[in-house]
Amino acid sequence: MSGAEWQLIGFSLRMALASLLLVLPPGLALAWWLAKYNWRGKTFVETLVTLPLVLPPVVTGLVLLELFGRHGPIGGWLHRAFGLEVVFTWRAVVLALAAMSLPLLVRAARTAFAEVDTQYEQLARTLGAGEWRIFFTITLPLARRGVVAGILLAFARSLGEFGATIMVAGNIPGQTMTLPLAIYQAVQADDDAHAWLLAGVSVIIAFTAVLASEQLQGRRA
Amino acid sequence: MNATRLIATFVRTFPGGPEIGVENLCLGDGVTVLFGASGSGKSTILRCLAGLDLPSRGQIQFAGSAWFDAARRFSLPARRRDVGYVPQNYALFPHLTVAGNVGYGLFALPAGDKAARVAETLGWLGLTDLAARLPHMLSGGQQQRVALARAVVRRPQLLLLDEPFAALDTPTRWHLRGELRHWLRHLAIPTVLVTHDRFEALALGDTVVVMQAGRNVQQGVVHEVFSRPVNRAVAELTAIETILPGRVRELRDGLAVVAVGGQNLVALPVAGLATAGEVYVCIRAEDVILTRDGPGAVTASARNRLAVTVQSLQREGPQVRVNLEGAFPLTALLTQAACAELALHPGDSLMALVKTPQVHLIPWSG
Repeated sequence: MSGAEWQLIGFSLRMALASLLLVLPPGLALAWWLAKYNWRGKTFVETLVTLPLVLPPVVTGLVLLELFGRHGPIGGWLHRAFGLEVVFTWRAVVLALAAMSLPLLVRAARTAFAEVDTQYEQLARTLGAGEWRIFFTITLPLARRGVVAGILLAFARSLGEFGATIMVAGNIPGQTMTLPLAIYQAVQADDDAHAWLLAGVSVIIAFTAVLASEQLQGRRA
Repeated sequence: MNATRLIATFVRTFPGGPEIGVENLCLGDGVTVLFGASGSGKSTILRCLAGLDLPSRGQIQFAGSAWFDAARRFSLPARRRDVGYVPQNYALFPHLTVAGNVGYGLFALPAGDKAARVAETLGWLGLTDLAARLPHMLSGGQQQRVALARAVVRRPQLLLLDEPFAALDTPTRWHLRGELRHWLRHLAIPTVLVTHDRFEALALGDTVVVMQAGRNVQQGVVHEVFSRPVNRAVAELTAIETILPGRVRELRDGLAVVAVGGQNLVALPVAGLATAGEVYVCIRAEDVILTRDGPGAVTASARNRLAVTVQSLQREGPQVRVNLEGAFPLTALLTQAACAELALHPGDSLMALVKTPQVHLIPWSG
């Protein structure tokens, strides 16, 4: 493989990892909040978070483009306050991947948190533990299987994301082009060999990730 | 009765369900047994005391400070109540070792102090060799000890034990009852212990609070409450009509001879029995046989023969409750037919027979 291909792979992995880091704290917090408490507007928030899962990715991308464009409400503010450009930069890639992978993480983690028997959390409370301590020492360790599965799903989804990415980040070689976009472009350019090579790389990465997770789970069981 | 630690009057309502509460529940030092049938609301009361469930109205005060006050919409969070709580199934953290479980609540201590305190508690409960085990590798009895260790290692102000033997099989239960009594005595932490087992209540409790249909109906020293139930329902619950303090005279030939009110009774020994040890002697009314034969003429297999006088007769449905007086008060439950055959009247003198296995002994002195 050429240096450009290695660079493409590295870029795709970095983007997927960055989006994961971006969604992990709010995703786990939201999953915990949904799993353990009942509050007004809970169903609405649940629906909103799940939306990218069922909408055409292109529509999610279009919404992000509107929100984060230089004249959009969030993008405009980011530009004025920090001079940040989002749309058609690597930041837009991370944003698109995050939006698309958040529902998978939240849904998996929510189920995992809900399955942790509340008696352990209650007992920890009688032992003087606060909610943060309980989350990190009881809930999260006991839900680790589901949470790891959710992280993995989110990561795999990020690596394969196409529709939202191309809408909000475009397909700029060396700047916003990820593996799926490169495959699409290779096919467009009639370069089947290149497309198949990149497809093979995608399969290997996905396979490795799933295998690693399976082994991790197996060892702990 | 010693100083009152906890005073509580509260009600917990469940939507479309029962109301469970206590009125003027007063707990002092020592072990208070919350006694009642399944579904009488004992566990709910305990969870409300622990701060894990909120009463709908009422208040709870501990050592002069408020734990709960519905009128002020105040509830001290569970983590600030400083209680040791042992739920029915022990709820040991499955992902932590025995040492990890026991040390969980000591996060405020420096690592060295924490390790020392954990080691001390594990040693005291004979768990040192199990420190590195995970809960699923432990027997039921060991899990109970770990749960107790975890609850007491922080030296709580109040210990709450919910049916500590419910998860154990019967032989283990009998064996561990003696151990638990020993530990609770040694700890000297005010304790509330929930049970539906009358023998457990007698063996472990200093005082008993009888729960019935979601209310506390009677409170007092255990053997007094059991001997003098306030109403029929409590009597049925306790189901032991005769409870007497006695002392073991000798253990011989696989039998125990116990002195009760100047009379010797023969019983089967139980674990934890020692010569000269104090025991409760329990005899259920339906196990007492009455005969008109004179003291010299009795030929029966029953080892315990007591000269008694009929005090009074009470009809109870198809049965008659016969209150007797002899070396000690005794109650017998007879069918009406048997009663008619014997032509019983107050003042009659007869013999009461009780078979050896039906004299239940409960060791008392720790």
